Amino acid sequence: MSWFKKLLPSKIRTQAGAKKGVPEGVWTQCPQCQAVLYRAELERHYCVCPKCTHHMRLSASARVRYFLDDGRYEELPNPPEPQDRLKFKDSKKYKERLSAAQKQTAEKDALLACKGHLHGIPVCVSAFNFEFLGGSMGAAVGERFVQCVNASLETGSPFICFSASGGARMQEGLFSLMQMAKTSASLTRLAKARIPFISILTDPTMGGVSASLAMLGDVIIAEPNALIGFTGPRVIAQTVREILPEGFQRSEFLRDHGAIDMIIDRREMRDKVASLLAKLTRKELDYCIMPESNNE
Amino acid sequence: MNLNFLDFEQPIAELEAKIEELQRVGKDGKININEEVMRLKGKSQSLTKSIFSSLTPWQVTQMARHPLRPYTNDYIHLLFTEFDELHGDRHYKDDLAIVGGIARLDGKPVMIIGQQKGRTTKEKVRRNFGMPHPEGYRKALRLAKLAERFKLPILTFIDTPGAYPGIGAEERNQSEAIARNLFEMADLRVPIICTVIGEGCSGGALGIGVGDAVLMLQYSYYSVISPEGCASILWKSADKASVAAEAMCITADKLKQFGLIDNIIEEPVGGAHRDPKVMGERLKAVLVKELVNLEAMSIDQLLERRYERLMALGR
Repeated sequence: MSWFKKLLPSKIRTQAGAKKGVPEGVWTQCPQCQAVLYRAELERHYCVCPKCTHHMRLSASARVRYFLDDGRYEELPNPPEPQDRLKFKDSKKYKERLSAAQKQTAEKDALLACKGHLHGIPVCVSAFNFEFLGGSMGAAVGERFVQCVNASLETGSPFICFSASGGARMQEGLFSLMQMAKTSASLTRLAKARIPFISILTDPTMGGVSASLAMLGDVIIAEPNALIGFTGPRVIAQTVREILPEGFQRSEFLRDHGAIDMIIDRREMRDKVASLLAKLTRKELDYCIMPESNNE
Repeated sequence: MNLNFLDFEQPIAELEAKIEELQRVGKDGKININEEVMRLKGKSQSLTKSIFSSLTPWQVTQMARHPLRPYTNDYIHLLFTEFDELHGDRHYKDDLAIVGGIARLDGKPVMIIGQQKGRTTKEKVRRNFGMPHPEGYRKALRLAKLAERFKLPILTFIDTPGAYPGIGAEERNQSEAIARNLFEMADLRVPIICTVIGEGCSGGALGIGVGDAVLMLQYSYYSVISPEGCASILWKSADKASVAAEAMCITADKLKQFGLIDNIIEEPVGGAHRDPKVMGERLKAVLVKELVNLEAMSIDQLLERRYERLMALGR
């Protein structure tokens, strides 16, 4: 807590920027280093804290805006509507949870699928929206993912997926589990067609999403310090009854264990992916990659 | 015979105890109790039938986890001949939570891959309670690829509470091991039949679950997460497992209605463990029949069909 906040009586302290996405307003506080940041400055840094390089969570639309040329993207047609096939209900009806999430995010479900350009290269991009029920994968997400892979197959343009997900969506039961098989099978086709798939893992990528599409990239990139794994750390700690090692299931841990190819700062993601794709598709890039100046 | 009766089977247990008692008395006494024993046995049968005609999803879950339930190795011995077990992933170790090997089904060579639980405490630990590590999934994939090369159909038997949630499993990339299997099995150029024989829980089950036909034994379950896991996340209490089991529609009949599985194999009255031999015969008959159907197709037809079936899931 900053010295200023400590001086304030607890009544008027705010919970600014606790965990969720990037809050609105002119000023934002970094949840990692508590630095107070000017919103416009933060935007210029793609919501990476300029002080401590903490990568804040992004909505799917912000994600593709920061990634594609001129922030322009064209959503694929016919996004499927999520369905409550099980008539699922816990403390709330699944249907109500769905419509609340749709209202909050103005999206149909947790996956955005679009076309755009990356340094002039036509690409198909899908991005998970963690704000939509934890980015969980149900039938509509699986189907949307396949639509994006198919768009890539039809156009021959490379496929890029940003994952941010707690895993399979429990409220759709086995339908959700089967999306792991479905999305993976579509990637088998993509691989056979020799179209590159760059999988970019962001915080967090867990469970059924990690154990299917996310780990199947031809090249797998992670943002710094993202939580990535199959089982959540809390469940593992309960099972093994041990304190988990420092940095367990973080990007750096995965890189050191050979699970991913590289860790890339969000501010360099565009250049790096474009450079990779150009080489994989045996093309020249007709732009000059900026020197790595953003890293402090 | 000790049948390890579950809570909801208590009325049957009491009746069976009475029958045993009578038989013991009958042995040393001079009274003829045959008629009474026969009558009680009939009663026990019909009681079992009526109790089992309306099991709740949570009761089915308990059946799927029954300590006497036949495991993969039991079915291997009941259904197949000349089983040669093949070990190891060639990289790290032999994961005993997954068994595999070549055998004959009605004389035809096939590849078997299945999750294996243990029955005694020692065996349970050795089998890691049927929870595979990444090396288990990699062994499965190695055997599947071997099968593809020599054109052996693959039969998988699913029985796991989930992939192992441990530090080593994460270090060796449990996610990738499962994902790779999904990716490869979608396009493996041999027929694949997957049967859930007990617990089909989460990605750990699906890791050997992609194929051309998905079957379930009557009292097995197949779910995205264990009822306890779901309950502790959504209801904030593992005690609500029975409610979660109901809500997630994890039983064979529900899943068949949803078109997520192809076929249900009926179990003997009181469950597979009451008569493993009959269970084995029924399972074998279905597997043989399914295999004949699948082998009637050309491989390209089969792969197209497999792909279309996967794409249709939840569409």
